[in-house]
Amino acid sequence: MAFTFAAFCYMLALLLTAALIFFAIWHIIAFDELKTDYKNPIDQCNTLNPLVLPEYLIHVFFCVMFFCAAEWLTLGLNMPLLAYHVWRYMTRPVMSGPGLYDPTTIMNADILAYCQKEGWCKLAFYLLSFFYYLYGVYLLFLLCTLSCSGAAVFGAGVQHSWFYTKRAPRTADIH
Amino acid sequence: MSRCSLFSLPVPAGAPQSGPPGRHLGHYPSLPPGYNNTPASQGAAPPMHPPMQTAPSQYPPQPQLYQQVTGASRFSLPLQGNTPEALRVVNLLQERNLLPAGPIPAPTPPLPQDLQKVNCNPEVFRCTLSSIPQTQSLLNKAKLPLGLLLHPFKDLSQLPVVTSSTIVRCRSCRTYINPFVSFLDQRRWKCNLCFRVNDVPEEFMYNPISRSYGEPQKRPEVQNATIEFIAPSEYMLRPPQPAVYLFVLDVSHNAVETGYLNVVCQSLLDNISALPGDTRTKVGFITFDSTIHFYNLQEGLSQPQMLIVSDIEEIFLPTPDSLLVNLNECKELVQDLLKSLPHIFEKTMETQSALGPALQAAFKLLSPTGGRVSVFQTQLPSMGVGALKSREDPNQRASAKHLAPATDFYKKLALDCSGQQVAVDLFLLSAQYCDLASLGCISRYSAGSVYYYPSYHHQHNPAQVERFEKDLKRYLTRKIGFEAVMRIRCTKGLSIHTFHGNFFVRSTDLLSLPNVNPDAGFAVQMSIEENLVDMQVVSFQAALLYTSSKGERRIRVHTLCLPVVNSLTDVFAGADVQAVTGLLASMAVDRSVSASLGDARDAMTNAAIDSLASYRHAALTIQQPGLLAPACLRLFPLYVLALLKQKAFRTGTSTRLDDRVFSMCQLKFQPLVYAMLMIHPTLYRVDDLSDQGALNISERTIPQPRELQLSVEKLCREGAFLMDAGSVRRSCNPSFLTQVLGVPDYAALPQNMYQLPELETAESQRTRAFIGWLREQRPFYPSLHIIRDDSPQKGDFMQNMIEDRTESALSYYEFLLHMQQQISK
Repeated sequence: MAFTFAAFCYMLALLLTAALIFFAIWHIIAFDELKTDYKNPIDQCNTLNPLVLPEYLIHVFFCVMFFCAAEWLTLGLNMPLLAYHVWRYMTRPVMSGPGLYDPTTIMNADILAYCQKEGWCKLAFYLLSFFYYLYGVYLLFLLCTLSCSGAAVFGAGVQHSWFYTKRAPRTADIH
Repeated sequence: MSRCSLFSLPVPAGAPQSGPPGRHLGHYPSLPPGYNNTPASQGAAPPMHPPMQTAPSQYPPQPQLYQQVTGASRFSLPLQGNTPEALRVVNLLQERNLLPAGPIPAPTPPLPQDLQKVNCNPEVFRCTLSSIPQTQSLLNKAKLPLGLLLHPFKDLSQLPVVTSSTIVRCRSCRTYINPFVSFLDQRRWKCNLCFRVNDVPEEFMYNPISRSYGEPQKRPEVQNATIEFIAPSEYMLRPPQPAVYLFVLDVSHNAVETGYLNVVCQSLLDNISALPGDTRTKVGFITFDSTIHFYNLQEGLSQPQMLIVSDIEEIFLPTPDSLLVNLNECKELVQDLLKSLPHIFEKTMETQSALGPALQAAFKLLSPTGGRVSVFQTQLPSMGVGALKSREDPNQRASAKHLAPATDFYKKLALDCSGQQVAVDLFLLSAQYCDLASLGCISRYSAGSVYYYPSYHHQHNPAQVERFEKDLKRYLTRKIGFEAVMRIRCTKGLSIHTFHGNFFVRSTDLLSLPNVNPDAGFAVQMSIEENLVDMQVVSFQAALLYTSSKGERRIRVHTLCLPVVNSLTDVFAGADVQAVTGLLASMAVDRSVSASLGDARDAMTNAAIDSLASYRHAALTIQQPGLLAPACLRLFPLYVLALLKQKAFRTGTSTRLDDRVFSMCQLKFQPLVYAMLMIHPTLYRVDDLSDQGALNISERTIPQPRELQLSVEKLCREGAFLMDAGSVRRSCNPSFLTQVLGVPDYAALPQNMYQLPELETAESQRTRAFIGWLREQRPFYPSLHIIRDDSPQKGDFMQNMIEDRTESALSYYEFLLHMQQQISK
C-alpha cells in the first residue's frame, strides 16, 4: 500500500510542525515587541497565554501518533521536548487561566531573556524536525513507489531494511 | 566634565527676545510664535571639544581624602601611603565595637567638589556602590550587587519648582537637563546619559533668577539635582484627575468586635478637611460583610441612604452617580454618615466577608476617574470570588511555605486597577491567619501600601490602637500624587534589569504608579552591558510624572552622578553597606518566593562570604589571619546576620505566616532608612542621659546618647535601655524609676506601660525629649512599650539582640567564625 500508517503520521507531523514553527515565530516577535516597548505586558500576555496549551497539545498529539506507528527513533527525538514542556507547565506562576506568562514578572530582564532564548531554540528544533519529517515522507514515498513498481528490489531492500527493521517483527525469527 | 572650566565670561547676545522683565520668579516668558527649534543642523559634534581636553588636567589636587582614590584611578597609580578611611583594614574577629557613635552616614562618592556639591541627596537617591566599576567583570569580581535605592517622593523641606513653557530634554533619550550635562558652548549641551549634543532653546538662555541672559548653566534646572517642573499639556493623557478617595470597610461581626470602625470614623471626621485635594475632591464609602452596601450621599438628601446589593456573583452599581460625591458640597452628609456608621453595625451578626466582590465594586466605581481605595479587612475573605482558604499549618511555622499567592484574582484585579489609575491600600487588622501573601497582591501591583495590625482590639491591645490612630492620621493627611509614571534612566552602557517595590512595570524602564506616596521606596538592580571606557562619571535620572492633589501635572526629577573606577580596591572603597543590605533584602524576598526560604538564606550568607573573600584575595597585599574586611564593609556581616534573624527570613523560631509575609513586604516597600531601622535597631542607654553633646532643636535640648551594640552584654541590671526599631521599646531595670517613670519602686511598675508620665524632673524631660525626637524623625508612629525585666514582652525585646545566640541561630561571633571558615576554604 502506498499509504502506510507511518507515512500518514509523517505527513501529518509535517503539517503540524509547520503550525508549530508559526507559533515559535509568533513568540519571538511577541517578546521582541515587549522588549522594544511596542506593546504593554498585559495585552501581550493575554495574546500569548492562550497559545501555549495548543502548542503543547499538538506536540503531544503527534508524539502519541508516532508511538502508535512504532517510530521509535522519531519518538525518542521528541521525548526531551515533551519532558521540557511538562516541566515548564508544572513550574508556571500561579494563574487561573491557561498559560505560562505573568504580566507582572515578564518584564524582568532575566525572564524576558530566557523566553526569547526559548523561542529561538524551539524555532531551531521545529525547523530541524520539519526537515526530518520531510525526509521521512520522502523516504516512505520512495519506498512505496519503488516497491509498487517492483523494480530495484534490492535497492529498496537496503533502505527497506534500515527503515523497517525498527518496526516490523522479523518473521524469519519467529520460527 | 566640569562646567566651570569651560566657560569664559558670558557674552550677552543682545536683548533677550522673550517678554518684558518684571515677571515673577520662575515663570517663563512664552515662546515667540515663529520660534523653531531646529533639529539636527548641528550634525555630529566633534567627540572631544578642544576645551574639554584640558579639563582633566585642570583639576587641582584636592586635599580631601576621597580625591586620592579618584586621582589614583585616573592616573593609574597604586594606592600608596594614605589609605582612605574606607579601606582601612578591620579584623572583625578582634574588634568588638564596630558601631559608630551616631547614625551611619551615606558614603560620599569621590567626585570633584563642584559636582558633589550639587549631587542628589543620598536620602533620596542612593547607589550600592558609590564608585561604579568600569566593566561587568570587575563588578563580578567584587561580588557586591549593583543597584539603586530611591525615595523619589520623599517629603522635602526645600524643593525648587520651575514653571517653564519648554522643558529642556535630550532629543534622543529624553533625559531632562540636569546639573551634570556639559555645555559645549553657550548654545549647545551634551547629554550625560546618551552623549548626544542638543541645542539650548532660546528661552533657556534667559535666567529668571538673576535676570541675566546668556548663562544657561546658572538656571535652576542646571543648579539643582532635585527639581520639580510644572508640566504643560503634552504630558497629560487626559485632563488631570481630581483627588478621589474611596473607603471600603469590613463590617462583619468580627470587625465590629475589634472596634476599629470607631477609630476610622473618628479619624476621618477629624481629618476631613485635611485630606489633600481641592474643590473637586470626591469621597465615597462602601461597607461589606456578606453583601455589599453602598451609600447614596447626594446633595439634597436629608440623610445618607444605604443601598444593599446582595448579588455578589455579578456585582453592579445600584445608582450611576452620587455614590462618589464632591466633598465640599456634601460635607454634612458625609459627616452624618461617619457619625452613624459605627452604630448601624453595632449589633451585626454577619460573620462572612465578601472582600472580592467589594473590591470589584470599588473598581467599577472608581474606574472612570482613578483614585485611591482604602480597604480595611479583619478576617479571611470567605465568600464570593477571591475567597481564600486558611493554608497555614501551625506546626509548620518554623519553616515557611505558602509564601506565594494562592490565587491570581487579586493580582489580576490589581492590574486592572493599575490600568485605570486606581491604587488600593490594604489595612489588615486581624488576629487570625488572613493569607496576606494573596491579599497583599492587590496593593503590590497597584502601587498601594499594606498596613498590618495583628491582633488589633480596642480593649486588649491599646498599643496597636494608638499606632493605628497615628498611622491613619498620617495616611489621610500626607501628600499624594495620582496617575503617576516613573522612568529611571542611566548612562549608556548601564541597564536596569530588575525592579523592587509596589508598582507595575509597564515597559522596560517605565513604572506605572496609580498613586505615589511619600513613604514608598523603590529599588532597582543594574548590570553593566558595555564597558564604561572613556567615561569619568555616569549619571542616573529618576523622573516622576504625577498629578498633584490640586490637579496640577508635575514632574519631579532627581539626578545622581557617580564616578567610574577601574580598580577593585576603589570599588570596595565606595561600597555603601546599608544600601547593599537593603538591596540584598529585596533580592532575598524575591528568591524566597520564587525558590525557597532556605535558598534565600544561603544566598544572603554567600553574599557576605563572597564579598569578603574577594576583598581578601584581590585587594589585600598582606595575608593576615582573622576575618578581614575594609572599614566600609565592616558592618556587612552584622547586617546580614540581622537579616537572617528578621521575621521575614528566620527559621527555627515559630513565626506566624502573616507576620513573615508582612515583614517581607516591608523590606521591599520601605525606603532604606526605615528598612535599616527595622533590620538593625539602634540601642541606647537612657538612664544616664546627659546634656553633653545634646542637640538643640527649637529650644529643646535633645540628648544624643551613644549607640550600643545589640547584645545582652551591653545590658545590665541597673540600667534602662531604649531600643528604636520602628517601635520604641525600653527594657527597664532602672534605678531611676521615680524620676522618669513615676513609680515608687520596681514592684509597682505595671506590666504594660505605654506612656511616659510627664514629670517635672530633668531626667524625665530629657528622656521625653529624646523619645519625642526619635518619633518625629519618621512618618510611622512608633509605639512605646515599657518592659520590665520579667515581663513576657521581654522576649520581643531580646529577639532584637542580634548579636546573641538563640536556640536556632548563631551569635555574631559564631557567624563570623563560620564566614572565616568558608573564606579560607
